[in-house]
Amino acid sequence: MSATSRLASRRRVLKGMLGGSAVTLGLPFLDGFLNENGTALAASGQALPACFGTWFQGLGLNPGYWEPKKVGADYEVTHQLKPLAKFRDKINVYSGMRVFLDGHAPKVHATGAIAVMGGGIPEEPNAFPSVDSLVADHIGTRTRFRSLEVSCSGSRESYSRRSRSAINPTEPDPVAMYTRIFGPDFQDPNAAEFTPDPAIMARKSVLSAFKEERQGLLKELGSSDKARIDEYFTALRELEGKLELELQKPAPMAACTKAEGIDTIPRGLVVDDCVKNAKLFSKLVAHALACGQSRVVNMVFCGAGGDIRRAASPVTFHIHTHEEPVDPAVGYQPNVDWFMETCLTSLAGYLGDLAAIKEGDKTLLDRIVIMFGTDTGFAKFHSLENIPMFTFGGSSIIKTGLHVPCNGDTTSRVGLTVQQALGVPTSNWGTESNRTAKTITEVMI
Amino acid sequence: MKISNRLTTRLTIAAACGALALTSMMGGSTTFAAPAAVKAEPVSPGGPAMVRRLTPSQYQQIISDVFGPDIKLGGRFEPDVRKDGLLAVGTSGISVSISGLAQYDTMARTIASQVVDEQHRAALIPCKPANTRQPDEACARQFLEKAGRMLYRRPLTQQELQLRVAAAGEAATTLKNFYSGLSLSLAGMLSSSQFLFRHEMSEADPENPGMRRLDSYSKAQRLSFFLWNTAPDSALLAAAESGEIQTKKGLEKQVTRMLASPRLEDGVRAFFTDMLEFDRFANFAKDPQIYPKFTGAAADDAQEQTLRTIVDQVLTQNGDYRDLFTTRKTFLTPLLGSLYSVPVAKVTANGAPDQWTPYEYPEGDPRGVGILTQASFVALHSHPGRSSPTVRGKAVREVLLCQRVPDPPGNVAFNVVQDTADPVYKTARARLKAHATEAMCTGCHKITDPIGLAMENFDSAAGFRTRENGETIDTTGDLNGKKYNDAIGLGQAIHDDPATASCLVNKLFAYASGRTATRAEREWMAFMVKGFADGGYRIPSLMRQISTSDAFYRVKDQAEETKAADASAAEKK
Repeated sequence: MSATSRLASRRRVLKGMLGGSAVTLGLPFLDGFLNENGTALAASGQALPACFGTWFQGLGLNPGYWEPKKVGADYEVTHQLKPLAKFRDKINVYSGMRVFLDGHAPKVHATGAIAVMGGGIPEEPNAFPSVDSLVADHIGTRTRFRSLEVSCSGSRESYSRRSRSAINPTEPDPVAMYTRIFGPDFQDPNAAEFTPDPAIMARKSVLSAFKEERQGLLKELGSSDKARIDEYFTALRELEGKLELELQKPAPMAACTKAEGIDTIPRGLVVDDCVKNAKLFSKLVAHALACGQSRVVNMVFCGAGGDIRRAASPVTFHIHTHEEPVDPAVGYQPNVDWFMETCLTSLAGYLGDLAAIKEGDKTLLDRIVIMFGTDTGFAKFHSLENIPMFTFGGSSIIKTGLHVPCNGDTTSRVGLTVQQALGVPTSNWGTESNRTAKTITEVMI
Repeated sequence: MKISNRLTTRLTIAAACGALALTSMMGGSTTFAAPAAVKAEPVSPGGPAMVRRLTPSQYQQIISDVFGPDIKLGGRFEPDVRKDGLLAVGTSGISVSISGLAQYDTMARTIASQVVDEQHRAALIPCKPANTRQPDEACARQFLEKAGRMLYRRPLTQQELQLRVAAAGEAATTLKNFYSGLSLSLAGMLSSSQFLFRHEMSEADPENPGMRRLDSYSKAQRLSFFLWNTAPDSALLAAAESGEIQTKKGLEKQVTRMLASPRLEDGVRAFFTDMLEFDRFANFAKDPQIYPKFTGAAADDAQEQTLRTIVDQVLTQNGDYRDLFTTRKTFLTPLLGSLYSVPVAKVTANGAPDQWTPYEYPEGDPRGVGILTQASFVALHSHPGRSSPTVRGKAVREVLLCQRVPDPPGNVAFNVVQDTADPVYKTARARLKAHATEAMCTGCHKITDPIGLAMENFDSAAGFRTRENGETIDTTGDLNGKKYNDAIGLGQAIHDDPATASCLVNKLFAYASGRTATRAEREWMAFMVKGFADGGYRIPSLMRQISTSDAFYRVKDQAEETKAADASAAEKK
């Protein structure tokens, strides 16, 4: 049996989310929970929580075809931004940014991705926490999931790291992710009644007992092993905290509806499958955020070095970037452009799903800022200059709809900006020449 | 049957079968013996006591050993990280993420609930509670003490045991069910750092004053995961408990027993699965429209083919490791036969259906070059839709010879090399030749391409071919000065290259200890390499050599090192 048919024949868990049925997105939210502006929980007066996301797609964009000429607001929609045109006013474009090598030997594709997401080039791979982990440590501690990581191309590739020893793996299976979020442990925040589950109480009590072993275990360890075991105990405390949350009545989330109805579909590197999986994940993630299950989401469409390809074609996106000649009639590599357009069309679908969740006169897209991540400025030559950088959404958190030229600046500026906008108490971010204290003030509210 | 008895019985039976099987397969000779003349080995400074996360296969094997093979895991493991060419070395540098622990927790509860369910409790829980709706401290203690010893690879301390028993009691009270309480306490144990990580502890070495060594349980653990890829069995734990394992004779007795067990095959398979990077098959697929024969099942068979070839050569035949690159003998399924264009009968001679058939390629057939031209190598080290001499050459250098090939520089033009429709450069050799004329590329391609080009008779899915785009494929090349005409010659060159054997020794040591050897251990490593050669390049003999060496268990005092580093830093200030 082929890998594809094996996947397709797995137990049908959910149904109907694909094919545009989207049965749960249109359900009415409860106005009574919102204040007059529709932005705050009426009961507590607190603002709806700000969220953060990353969208990673490998191999960058075509230089010269994504950067607007006009600076500031009302920038023109460039060739490559066409799939995202309807969200222009929610998108900030940061052009001219780069990653500084500082004498480090570049590891093609990996170096750029790590530097964009982690603020520098570590001596050992994965040594830095990524920007999403830093944000999650600040805003994600009171949700069931500190962060959610998904991959649309079948692998467990992830750019989210807490440290060199703890990589947050992506989930490639939408059904597994659905079960994790909306399975038996899900508690509807809008349910009228709430009864704490004694089984959760018992589980929490058992886990608490294990925390006491920490000191004894750390005695004979070297510093790096201590850090690793501490990572484990941090995770244990998180798990305990998650159970504690499950014992409390969750705060009502007006726009929360439980996602339902998807089939298991094939996963893998064929681009059609990636697109279908991205659709499922987008809706699932939107529901999870709307229901307050997490405040940080990392989505990988295709990894650095993008091995996605068309069905029946031996040539991957990656190979196209290196071998396809530039078509003089249009000025770029047409196949490469097609892959990039496909990735960005999926991104537009994700933004659409977030925008479809109405929260008063705003939408979920207004309270999440999504940072774009990639690995290169021009994949043909593995260039680390003019790396495309964007933020999407978050108009309640930052100013949006702007093109900000940042010529020659490190990409870390975007990471620092989103951290500060989301309240992370840091004045600078990054290492060596990729360290910066320069927030992109043009977008700060 | 009680856990310890059940496990001991299973192992005893297995060991007996294994000993017989090995004896007969080796023509009545005794099991893997130590080299006859052994010179005193050089003193090694040792390394740190390690903290290593269990690999998925180790986790799975331990659960199967302790609770039986029918227990389902019901979860997903956090991915491992490859370091210095091995996932085993990566286990010394990774921790558990928050989402990873949630997954371990789910698995732990799934396993624990099966252990206490009505189908399993009679066999796995050695007692019955007085009242199933209430806690029963004595029964919980009896079970948790036995299970804990196997799961933690050492006896639980009184404090630990008390904690687990109290947790089971509290949960039983909350849930009004003894078995539910016991299940949660067991699940907690399975999610604990003591189970998920292999914590090694050291002690002063009385035989070598001033030096430290692994304590007896850590020693048993390192030995068992090395040779069997699982936790110590009852007999090994007993040898640790009595201190027997810390004596030369006691250690040799255990090593001999373990090398004679059929479980050695699990250890050898686990090592080569790691070394040959088979984990990459998890995210690996060939386009079914281009390579319809290379299905998921074919990929599974490809790995199994290689592992069977290895087990046959290095264990069953107790043969020379280097012959893995020249042997014409292998095992095939009908699916693989179709991939390689070799007819394979679907039934064995006596009529019994057997998917696996021993097969020997005729002399001079380039498909019969050991594991080198098997799909698990040539297909894994290719692009999804085309072969890659560079990728294959790099794999030979890095995986088999432990020679690092630098990453390509930035700003490289790849146009020529990857355009298979180029009317001028029809074969991979012609395209690479054109590409490698660029000065910045020449150096690396010289060390990879002549190796990979010798394997060009095999397409991306391991299918045999002699022409590409109508042009005859030229498979000549050289490895470190040794010239050859085809894959057969390449296999012989790898067989004869001194790096092949020394790489294996280095990787096996790194796999076993969770770290690569340091500069200070070079002399000891050279001694091991020489021992491997003197012993006829036999892997079981090498495993014995490593696992009976003091250096393998010697521990550097990290506290002292930390103090020295602190003192040095203070001095600099």
